[in-house]
Amino acid sequence: MTTYRLQVNGKQHAVDLDPDTPLLYVLRNELGLNGAKFGCGLGQCGSCTVLVDGKPAMSCLVPVSSVGTRAVRTVEGLGSSDKPGVLQQAFIDEQAAQCGYCIAGMIMQATSLLERTPQPTDAQIRAHMAPNLCRCGTHMRILRAVRRAADVLARTPGGAQR
Amino acid sequence: MSEQAPCNAGRRRFIAAGGALTLSFAMPAWSAPGELPKSLDKTPWLDAWIRIGADERITVFTGKVELGQGIKTALLQVAADELRLPVGRLLLVTADTERTPDEGLTAGSNSMKDSGTALRHAAGQVRARLGELAAARLSVPAANLILKDGAFSAPDGRRATFGQLVAGQELHVRATPEPAPPAPGPKTAIGKSVPRVDIPPKLTGGRAYIQDLRLPRMAHARVVRPPSQAARLVDVDAAAVMRLPGVLKVVRDGRFLAVIADGEYRAVKAATALARAARWDTPASLPKHPDIASLVRAQPAQPYPILERGVPGTPGKTLRATYTRPFQLHGSIGPSCALAQLVDGRYTVWTHSQGVFPLRGALAELLGVKIEAIRCIHLEGAGCYGHNGADDVAADAALLARALPGRPVRVQWMREEEHAWEPLGAAMVVDVAATLGLDGRIADWEYAVLTPSHNQRPGKAGNLLAATHLARPFTPPVPTPSPQPEGSGDRNAIPYYAIPNARVTHHFQPQAILRTSALRGLGAYCNVFAIESFMDELARAANADPVEFRLRHLTDPRAIDVVKLAASTFGWSSYRRPQGTTRRGRGFAFARYKNLLAYCALAVEVEVALETGLVRIVRAQAAVDCGEIVNPDGVRNQIEGGIVQSTSWTLLEKVRYDQQQVLTVDWASYPILRFTQVPDTVGVHLIDRPGQPFLGTGEAAQGPAAAAIANAVFDACGLRMRDLPLDRQRMRRA
Repeated sequence: MTTYRLQVNGKQHAVDLDPDTPLLYVLRNELGLNGAKFGCGLGQCGSCTVLVDGKPAMSCLVPVSSVGTRAVRTVEGLGSSDKPGVLQQAFIDEQAAQCGYCIAGMIMQATSLLERTPQPTDAQIRAHMAPNLCRCGTHMRILRAVRRAADVLARTPGGAQR
Repeated sequence: MSEQAPCNAGRRRFIAAGGALTLSFAMPAWSAPGELPKSLDKTPWLDAWIRIGADERITVFTGKVELGQGIKTALLQVAADELRLPVGRLLLVTADTERTPDEGLTAGSNSMKDSGTALRHAAGQVRARLGELAAARLSVPAANLILKDGAFSAPDGRRATFGQLVAGQELHVRATPEPAPPAPGPKTAIGKSVPRVDIPPKLTGGRAYIQDLRLPRMAHARVVRPPSQAARLVDVDAAAVMRLPGVLKVVRDGRFLAVIADGEYRAVKAATALARAARWDTPASLPKHPDIASLVRAQPAQPYPILERGVPGTPGKTLRATYTRPFQLHGSIGPSCALAQLVDGRYTVWTHSQGVFPLRGALAELLGVKIEAIRCIHLEGAGCYGHNGADDVAADAALLARALPGRPVRVQWMREEEHAWEPLGAAMVVDVAATLGLDGRIADWEYAVLTPSHNQRPGKAGNLLAATHLARPFTPPVPTPSPQPEGSGDRNAIPYYAIPNARVTHHFQPQAILRTSALRGLGAYCNVFAIESFMDELARAANADPVEFRLRHLTDPRAIDVVKLAASTFGWSSYRRPQGTTRRGRGFAFARYKNLLAYCALAVEVEVALETGLVRIVRAQAAVDCGEIVNPDGVRNQIEGGIVQSTSWTLLEKVRYDQQQVLTVDWASYPILRFTQVPDTVGVHLIDRPGQPFLGTGEAAQGPAAAAIANAVFDACGLRMRDLPLDRQRMRRA
């Protein structure tokens, strides 16, 4: 067991763990964050997507020992049921979920897109979201929700930074 | 118990009336006059469905469960509307063997029909009963009371709230068959696109899933599955595994092998070590066949004639074709998960099973205890689309909780386990022949569907995976086909068209080479694919437009309406192939799910890429009639999802195996549709039928989507694709 200091959603945490423990298990079981989900453990589905240093990462494949001082962000950092963030609100407005198991990963993947490319084309959205799988077939709504969020951010001063 | 339910009297009439198909168009009422709706008949007490607290808290109970289909919201809408309350005033409790009515399975697109109808009936009678209580309390005739915001008001302004009226057992009365009079005033919820109550926590990291349940002193377990279907565990050296950090117990019973640890990733690592420490004998047990048709045809079958009408032998042009479907996966995006705890001889099992009551019975048999010693509580999992690993993992958790009494044990399957061991959607072969009369109509129809069981749910302990791996194994019960009109492998095998001479036979195969069970739509997916592809072939042989050809054979006005609506929103009659893209085409399909639930017609345009054989759905336009619509956006979401999921099945999905084991064990070996492959646009157009019974929508689109795509591919490149999934290499060579 080793002690690791992690910065998650702007807060510092110290956790005692085996060094090969994937970040996903740390987020869920040590920090009690439900957003990132176990989907495959193989980096094939994107259910566990979080942002590490602003870039999308499959947290099921990232050993906690490799995170270092890089900032980790999860869907919990974007907002709550009472105060959803812009992307979360767009997903609610479009009712862009069926079972919803993949959606937290989808939202984090989309966050990384809109932070780098605030006004993506539809083709850019599809290409960027391609690593993430949805089994219910909610794709059309997810695409609409990302588009809606981009439009909202475009109308919001300084929105692209949110 | 949708898929196992015996036919009620009305449905028996449907079968007996095989010679006069029009009888089946009589409106289903879901209960005959003088009878209660089915679920309510089983649990007739009003307070089993709706309870009102002195604090005005109103709780609605259902035996159905949320699968991501939005049923919680729709059922709340039904109850809220009858009570003339906003949805937000109600709480909902879903399937729990100690708290809710037993409504069997949440399956078969039956939840609105079963629970929606029962709740509407019960809530109406609760409202009427509250009105009587208010009349007595306020000494005013019930007719003079005004109901608003959960209270009755007398003309003089005195009020009685629901909570004041229900001090004790006032609602512990039996429902009566006669429905309450319609609620006065405008609807508060039905017909509105009320946002789903379950969505916000799912988007924000709330505790939304069984996977998120963390109990005090919870232990984590992983199962080491045999490396092949028939593998026998020769020996295992567990001593080294026991010494790994956090390992609490290694459990071995026959070829059921598992490890329990104090942390989840420790359990994962210990299971990997345990797998390495085990020696297995892995005999070849699966037959080798060149293709799915020869595999299916090689299995023994029992013929069940399900339609015999008229006398075949009409002279004319006869067409024949064979269609196939491989084994396919449910492929839940979240692997199956369950928790179980044994305390003082009583088990509590948290599960995402579609049927907590049937599961309880199977677990009781497995564990050798009375059903009273087990409580099964439903918590939502990832979408299951039928009988996946949900029940099996609950059995794993229960067995491991027995091995570690007192502590809650959480089991989550690994991806490879889910892919390799979930019950599969069954392989199918359809042989169809039809003769076109001189009038350009179908005169004779001969149809045979060959397939193993599409329903091996628990049931019995033998339906649970782990139970079949124990040293004293439980044997799976010999499956039987479900009766028409719902059917199982023969679901939708009877065409919904007026054909004078028709034979349909279900060749039911009691044994399959791999375990199979219910996958969304059961046989309807392939039967509708076959029938609607063949209708396209027949239309071309008759030199008829495919939409017009269908209309020629439809007599149900509601079917005609959806076909016309899908065609018109697509622009079918004015369609011109875009210039420059010679490999674009359009296709059409229609079905009424189970021939008695929702109507769905679909027109699609596809583009087939020359170099790659990839099919792109340019656009899809669907028209749906599901009776009275409770939540229009909820219906659209289900149909959109059905079209996209069926596109994935139809273009990509096939379980592969060798003589020992399933080989498609992850998303690389079993690819599903990604964002880069989904349709450009999907439109869903609804026909509302206020006052008509709820027909459900969850499975209505699966079959029509498959056939519409295949028909469009033919239109695009002249290739008739009769095998699922559509062969990309063949389209590339075309």
